[in-house]
Amino acid sequence: MHHSIEIDSLSFAYPDGHSALRNVSLRISPGEKVALVGPNGAGKSTLILHLNGILSGTGQVMVCGLPVVPANLGRVRAAVGMVFQNPDDQLFSPTVFDDVAFGPIYQGLSADKVESRVRAALAAVRMESYADRVSHHLSMGEKKSIAIATVLSMEPEVLVLDEPTAGLDPRTRRMLINRLRELPMTMLVSSHDLAMVREAFPRMVVMDEGRIVADGRSSELLSNEALLEAHGLENR
Amino acid sequence: MHIHFIDPYRPLISPIHELDVRVKFVLTLAFIITCSLTPFAAWPAYVLLFAIVLSVEILSGLGITYVMPRAALALPFALAAFPVVFGTEGRVIFSLPLGGSSISATLEGLERFISIVLKSWISVQAAIVLAASSPFPELLRAMRAVGLPKLLVAMFGLMWRYLFVLVDEALRLIRARASRSGHSAQPGMKAGGTVLWRARVAGDMAGSLLLRAFERSERIYVAMLSRGYDGETRSLPRPSITVPAWITLIAGLVLCVFVLLLGLSFHP
Repeated sequence: MHHSIEIDSLSFAYPDGHSALRNVSLRISPGEKVALVGPNGAGKSTLILHLNGILSGTGQVMVCGLPVVPANLGRVRAAVGMVFQNPDDQLFSPTVFDDVAFGPIYQGLSADKVESRVRAALAAVRMESYADRVSHHLSMGEKKSIAIATVLSMEPEVLVLDEPTAGLDPRTRRMLINRLRELPMTMLVSSHDLAMVREAFPRMVVMDEGRIVADGRSSELLSNEALLEAHGLENR
Repeated sequence: MHIHFIDPYRPLISPIHELDVRVKFVLTLAFIITCSLTPFAAWPAYVLLFAIVLSVEILSGLGITYVMPRAALALPFALAAFPVVFGTEGRVIFSLPLGGSSISATLEGLERFISIVLKSWISVQAAIVLAASSPFPELLRAMRAVGLPKLLVAMFGLMWRYLFVLVDEALRLIRARASRSGHSAQPGMKAGGTVLWRARVAGDMAGSLLLRAFERSERIYVAMLSRGYDGETRSLPRPSITVPAWITLIAGLVLCVFVLLLGLSFHP
């Protein structure tokens, strides 16, 4: 049985010399729901971009038993559904259907299969009626949901989300958290929304200055005021 | 991830970097005009022009290895001038049969083509030195100071400002596409889709980039209006040009005129 995510002493520096990850090691088991928290610039997004080989540093990254190396990138990207913070980056097709269908079509699925995958993915985020809408004219919350559907249609083993609740109004945020709780797959979510972490993510990893500084049960870490304060987090 | 490498400015300490940007701008323009006005096949004048731009490159501390490869950017454009090899009257080098008639390459045509390539290559080098030794905002102010239309300067400025934003946005789109370009674990499945479909996706991406750029421009314009924009970005008054800078300016212009006269004297 392999881990969903296995990272061993991963370090990464941007071309300008800024060291974004320093010796990060992390293991996530299948079905685990893990939150990645930490101040801006802690290295959360950089770490996430290593999970499907967009960035590659020194050290080892394995996803669903596959080493993240150039030869495996296709398989890795099918196994890891990555939802970016800004849904406008994710939605590049004219209609919602085209966008959700991109992953399955790219994988070479038959037209019937693509159709059923798209329907299922839209149903999972309760956006069935949006298939023919123009992505461009949706509200922020709708775009977020569609962005999640665009990776669900690939039936990934791991779902990775970068700040899913940033910029959402309370009702949309609530809806999104409920959707995330319903989804069965392994999840790694970077967020500043500690209330969401407490509610939906039993495990929490704290990053600061490119390092993992704490890793444990969310309920415990969130009641550790000294830890939160040391790393610029506020539990409210 | 951000794009930093497009900005051509290289902060160094050199007499070229310290020269008043207005003077640099005018001299570069004068140099490029001299290059264009120098007649074809005036080889000694080209040698002089090249020597001038080379000295400036070395003096600026940028170095030949920085400027020359970047100047090669001009070469594909200069290729557009290739037909002059065949279109000019003169001594025939060789002829190619073409349908019923034939076209001939002439020595004069070849000279013309080589002249165009050299002239554009030298001119681009001068422009690169200007861009690499002057911060772009200073360059914009210099353009305004020497009387370029404010609308034109405003367009240059906004283009430079938002080019980075646009390239960042394009990179994020490409990254999002790459993240969903997966291969199925099932054997025998060919990933990638058809060429036509991929082309359509790329077209859609370009289209959404255009739409976003358009919408962003509207938002920017509203934000500018809200702060009282009336067509010109104002800045504090510039210090007056110093005496040494004036001397450099006049000496540079005299040099340009001298090279131009020399070039014209070689005109057959």
